Amino acid sequence: MVVGLSALAAFLIIGVVALVMGTIVVGGKDTLTWEFLTMAPREGMTEGGIFPAIVGTALLVIIMSIAGVPVGTVTAIYLSEYASSRSVLARAIRFAVNTLAGVPAIVFGLFGLGFFVQFVGSGLDSLISGEGQLRWAQPNILWASLTMALLTLPVVIVSVEEAIKTVPQDLRAASLALGATKWQTIRKVVLPNSLTGILTGGILAVSRGAGEVAPILFTGAAYFLPHLPTSLSDQFMELGYHVYIMSTQSTNVDATTGIQYATTLVLLLLTFLLNFSAIFLRSRVRARQVQ
Amino acid sequence: MKHINGSTKISVEGLNLYYGPKIALKEIGIRIPSNKVTALIGPSGCGKSTFLRTLNRMNDLIDGVRIDGDVHIDDVNIYDRSVDVVELRKRVGMIFQKSNPFPKSIYDNVAYGPRINGIRERARLDEIVESTLKRAAIWDEVKDDLRKSALALSGGQQQRLCIARALAVDPEVLLMDEPASALDPIATAKIEELIYELKENYTIVIVTHNMQQAARVSDHTAFFYMGELIEFGETKKIFTTPEKRQTEEYITGRFG
Repeated sequence: MVVGLSALAAFLIIGVVALVMGTIVVGGKDTLTWEFLTMAPREGMTEGGIFPAIVGTALLVIIMSIAGVPVGTVTAIYLSEYASSRSVLARAIRFAVNTLAGVPAIVFGLFGLGFFVQFVGSGLDSLISGEGQLRWAQPNILWASLTMALLTLPVVIVSVEEAIKTVPQDLRAASLALGATKWQTIRKVVLPNSLTGILTGGILAVSRGAGEVAPILFTGAAYFLPHLPTSLSDQFMELGYHVYIMSTQSTNVDATTGIQYATTLVLLLLTFLLNFSAIFLRSRVRARQVQ
Repeated sequence: MKHINGSTKISVEGLNLYYGPKIALKEIGIRIPSNKVTALIGPSGCGKSTFLRTLNRMNDLIDGVRIDGDVHIDDVNIYDRSVDVVELRKRVGMIFQKSNPFPKSIYDNVAYGPRINGIRERARLDEIVESTLKRAAIWDEVKDDLRKSALALSGGQQQRLCIARALAVDPEVLLMDEPASALDPIATAKIEELIYELKENYTIVIVTHNMQQAARVSDHTAFFYMGELIEFGETKKIFTTPEKRQTEEYITGRFG
């Protein structure tokens, strides 16, 4: 009975994955050509490719990582190396990280709009852009990336902390006994030995960020923008958002079916690739831990 | 107060150490002489390793440890507020029970200490690495592959590398916490030989579980039991005519 049920459940899960993947591959394989990957959309987005969306997604996750990984790493260092287990601040941070991980993505989007675009952006404009100028107080790639960095921060913190914990206590003791300060020990022993973990955290964050649309809806994603962003205050196209508008806002939804499937396929391949590299790196960290 | 003639390097008085509410060291008083090997012996959990770690303040790293009493090294109370722990640990090196080389090259392991002290010039580092590896009696075995990972060395070689790494910061005192307990007899013999050579320039305090080792390498022996220093004296005397009954029973293998 139990065996039968679990077999059924397994079959169901695998079946669903196969069905989803199969549909996407079948629907998208004819559209997915070299031209599709390297051209901008044409003819009211019923023709052409998704090049600006690929570049936009790449820029988004790069800026997000530049902002999020260092902050996440420093937080993880504080939590694992400096804070004692009884520290009230450390407990507050952990609580905040867990809460942050549970907040729906759309809430991050609204927060990004309210905080980055309307508050920080307006402040910047009145400070540096001059009277009546509107430059930063509108959605752009910087605000979208920062919003995404907030969303992915818990992923980075948890991965880096896990990696730091695998660095043997013996090595810390050896360094301290040689007269190294705590900070020297972290810089020269702990961090170099957690590098794969930091990288894993970054990749997981990127793969999570690449797959989310809600946080960038109001903070920077553009409906159609045939040229690439050239400044942090430019808007950008993004793969997930592109799928969303193609299937709901397009002038001719039927004509774009191929494009929708192919864009989804590109997004999935990208996310899978990133996840697999994270799993690979993580298994190497674990192998060292067992040693 | 147990007293030994000759110049004193480390002088401890009324030292108590608590792990939370539990007392781990009781009223320890000892004068450890310069340029000699002092062995700390006693059954497991007697406090000898804990005592060793009070000498370079490695116990500071453990949550809930409280210490009172005096530990003087060359007339400086190392628990005084003005003492910089980092400077202290440069003067008092430590070798651990399990060899713990960094996952770096042999060269970078030895150069670690000098580098954190701000030595950058290549020639100077080369010189320190060579001379300390020689002093640790491992130069001939590794001189051709200094760039090789330290983790590729055998256990005994790793431990001598760790000794070289400790020597590279030019300490005055070397603390050794059962440095040969994980090694085979040949590697152990090499470490013991090295300890014998090193005492000319360093004051060495070694914790050991191995009676024969204590008898072979040390000039003085301190017997710890249940957190107390029971007896301290010349090794020869401790091993032949101990004053206390507990010492005799331990040495003759009746307990421990």
